[in-house]
Amino acid sequence: MLARVHPQLALLGALVVAAVVSAFGGGFNPYLLDIAVSCGINVILAVSLNLINGFTGQFSLGHAGFMAVGAYAAATLTTSFGAALLPLVGGQTWLLFLVALLGGGLMAAIAGLIVGVPSLRLKGDYLAIVTLGFGEIIRVVLQNIDAVGGPRGMIGIPGYANLFWAYGLAAICIYVVWAMVHSTYGRGFIAVADDEIAAEAMGINATRYKITAFLVGAFFAGLAGGVYAHFKQYIAPQGFGFDKSIEIVVMVILGGMGNTIGVIAAAILLTVLGEWLRQFGDYRMILYSLLIIVLMITRPQGLFRWNTRSKVKA
Amino acid sequence: MTELLQQLINGLALGAIYALIALGYTMVYGVLRFINFAHSDVFMVGAFAGYFLARAVPGGSALSGIAVLLGAMAICALLGVIIEKLAYRPLRGRSTLTVLITAIGVSLLLQNLGQRIFGANPRSFPSLFPVHQFHLGGVVISSAQILVFAVALVLLFALRHIVLHTRVGTAMRALSFNPVAASLVGINNDRIISFTFALGSALAAAGGILYASNYPSIDPLMGTLPGMKAFVAAVLGGIGNIAGAAFGGLALGLIETIVVAFGGSTYRDAVAFAVLILILLLRPEGLLGKRTAEKV
Amino acid sequence: MRRPQIRILMAVAAVAVLAGCSKSGGEAAAGATIKVGEFASLTGKEATFGVSSHEGTLLAVEELNAAGGVLGKKLELVYEDNRSTPGESLTIAKKLINNDKVIAILGEVASGRSLEVAPFAQSSRVPQISPSSTNPDVTKIGDYIFRVCFIDPFQGKLLAGFAKNTLKAQKVALFSDVAAPYSVGLGKFFKEAWLAGGGELVSEVKYTGGDKDFKAQLTVIKNAKPDAIMVPGYYTDVGLIVAQARQLGITVPMFGGDGWEAPELIQIAGAENLVNTYYSTHFSPSSTDPLAQKFVAAYKAKYSGKVPDAMAALGYDSVMVLADAIKRAGTTDEPKLRDAIAATKDFPGATGITTLDANRDASKSAVIITVKDGKFQYLETVAP
Repeated sequence: MLARVHPQLALLGALVVAAVVSAFGGGFNPYLLDIAVSCGINVILAVSLNLINGFTGQFSLGHAGFMAVGAYAAATLTTSFGAALLPLVGGQTWLLFLVALLGGGLMAAIAGLIVGVPSLRLKGDYLAIVTLGFGEIIRVVLQNIDAVGGPRGMIGIPGYANLFWAYGLAAICIYVVWAMVHSTYGRGFIAVADDEIAAEAMGINATRYKITAFLVGAFFAGLAGGVYAHFKQYIAPQGFGFDKSIEIVVMVILGGMGNTIGVIAAAILLTVLGEWLRQFGDYRMILYSLLIIVLMITRPQGLFRWNTRSKVKA
Repeated sequence: MTELLQQLINGLALGAIYALIALGYTMVYGVLRFINFAHSDVFMVGAFAGYFLARAVPGGSALSGIAVLLGAMAICALLGVIIEKLAYRPLRGRSTLTVLITAIGVSLLLQNLGQRIFGANPRSFPSLFPVHQFHLGGVVISSAQILVFAVALVLLFALRHIVLHTRVGTAMRALSFNPVAASLVGINNDRIISFTFALGSALAAAGGILYASNYPSIDPLMGTLPGMKAFVAAVLGGIGNIAGAAFGGLALGLIETIVVAFGGSTYRDAVAFAVLILILLLRPEGLLGKRTAEKV
Repeated sequence: MRRPQIRILMAVAAVAVLAGCSKSGGEAAAGATIKVGEFASLTGKEATFGVSSHEGTLLAVEELNAAGGVLGKKLELVYEDNRSTPGESLTIAKKLINNDKVIAILGEVASGRSLEVAPFAQSSRVPQISPSSTNPDVTKIGDYIFRVCFIDPFQGKLLAGFAKNTLKAQKVALFSDVAAPYSVGLGKFFKEAWLAGGGELVSEVKYTGGDKDFKAQLTVIKNAKPDAIMVPGYYTDVGLIVAQARQLGITVPMFGGDGWEAPELIQIAGAENLVNTYYSTHFSPSSTDPLAQKFVAAYKAKYSGKVPDAMAALGYDSVMVLADAIKRAGTTDEPKLRDAIAATKDFPGATGITTLDANRDASKSAVIITVKDGKFQYLETVAP
């Protein structure tokens, strides 16, 4: 049914809805608003990771590292260079924010390139560990840069982000990833995930697809990081470690690798579930880890998949 | 000069501990081709098992120390078998990624259960064996460090013996070459896999106890970082290769200590990952490993 | 896209809405209890400190309620765990302030997490009292932010004076935890005061909290031949550091700040290694002050013989100071409550006489503790 709707129209519609809802943002309970924005950010993270993990089959466990790069780059631009840049954009803070976000995304994309290139030769477990290693290296490096606060983190980041930014960017991210993969060019991603050697034999440049996946995935993760930084107004390296990467990975797995709608639903579900589980205090993390195990054993293709075509060799 | 020698000792002692943990990783990977993420948390359980057993077993003599060590190894061997049966066996034959995620889930579960049951506060690990500091020239070696070398060596040879000269070991090797063929020649795959896990977990427990003897502060999250570094050590030496695990462990310990000695202590954890990335880029089979061609 | 997926999306949206609904309303009914919020790291890397602080807070609330409550109403502690993760505390604060409608919020031990919440507490006009954040920036956020502990500049200065006057050191090595803002801050203030006093810093080495092996760095320090070593870290690491230093044959005095304060310090380091060590703190379980003694006894009784550390004592005091302010204000309305808290003067707490200064930081004495024969021993008091 929804496939009939022109994708570009859907994107425009989503942006308009986001803008309208956000305009009434002042009236919302800040706690609910916090959850809603977190959902939006997690959707961007999950969908961007889905491109790398799900569609291209490159198992990346360091996605939080890209988010960190984007967050820090965007935050540094607005805090340290904000005053200098503001007149250049005609005093419009939203424009400044956009520039900062794009800057963050770009830096993250470069990080994605740095991670992606060495990873080309690696498969499965090794790739996973290397990406995990990169994620940790990024975290340790950030912790050592005193100029951005080191382990103390960065405070005083202006609160430019709101519902519109979170959901608008989510809509754009979904559109871009969806359009990329469902194009003729995009079939290459899935081919590489299915069987890289066969794909190469068919003339598909697996290297190029893998790098593209990392670039685009990292870019959007960087955008998500920028939005996160300007919403929470405080970032610290410890928040972008392995635990965060795993959170995002679980969203992709839960939604079904390569299943965009499923991943979106999983991102929202897990964000809300995290809040709901708060009442269980200590048991929250125990339940969460049990969830991962049970999920992998019973339904590794994800909760939201009914296609006969199974993307993952489950 | 004495500073250099002291740093050398420090590095080798640290490396010996990594080697011990790496043995477990490399064994499980060698037979089952999968990274047991939960290994580092079995290591933690081993240390805690030692802590509680030490209170039950009186005396600080060498004999009681060995009793606690063996007891902890037995407990963790059992734990390893249970984990394998409940979490990994249902996933036999599935993609490695699925198993990897499950392993991560088990690791998180153990950590959080640990925090719930043992509490997050670090506890001081009792000295199981009598502790002396030996002063040679300007250099200091602790008996705990010597113990690590000794135990690691003994376990290394014991493991090698089991793998090369016993029927079980031969079965394990057969399984690592070709699981289907192995079951065809009458090997009970399930049993051998359980045994592999038991063995690997026992080694982790030994690592945990010796680690705790050297750094007597244990807490439920203690396994993550040493576990990661031990894995890197295993890859460095050549994963699936027992001698490689030992060599890789020592090498990584030395590299890490040198980096710290030159003022890079805050990058200490990143060192292990940098080493991993370099080795996978330059020589993925590891320093002592053999290059295998990928058959299409 | 197929139908099942649409249904899934709708179901998820429904869950989200329901979840939102179940959190608000209901409990917001005012009157019956006085709701106080708390956010702490009850799980994760810093759980040791969060749990201690929380236990002290809980004890205080129970004690007050057993005595009839405050202004005739019982105190209700609404607390959440931030899992030692940045980002969580702000979400929790929003929930506590907007959904649970707490009249004040307690937290946190870590300065970073206090700083995360402070701007929101300030803009929401809800007083925030930090039990043990020592970074000076925390209270600079606004006039609704308070703390019941002394701040790092004070501690750094007093330790520099202690090293010079009592330890008679001229050359000092500084060994700080690069991953803990507390350690970095305290080390920085110590260094400033030390150098200003004419002392020499012969070595400055770093470690990462959670490390277990410090021999490499200690060897470097040993080579620099200091008269004393300053370790502004947490007891979880300091215990191992001191033990390893003594094993390496380093015999010079080692000293540090309130992060050393915990009974486990002796166990982790080993009593025989903790010779010639000193640290400054807010509170000592071996203090002869009757209020401190009463607190220690109550804590032991509630928590099965566990001896409280400084975090627990400060968590306890944060509630007591708040309760005292509520009594003085006669209400929980703003800005009366805020003003009452700011006017706290000579309040007797478990951690000593507390007065909040113009910056809303606690001006109180510190005690220097040393270890003798495997026991903590009070050495001297340093007034602000």
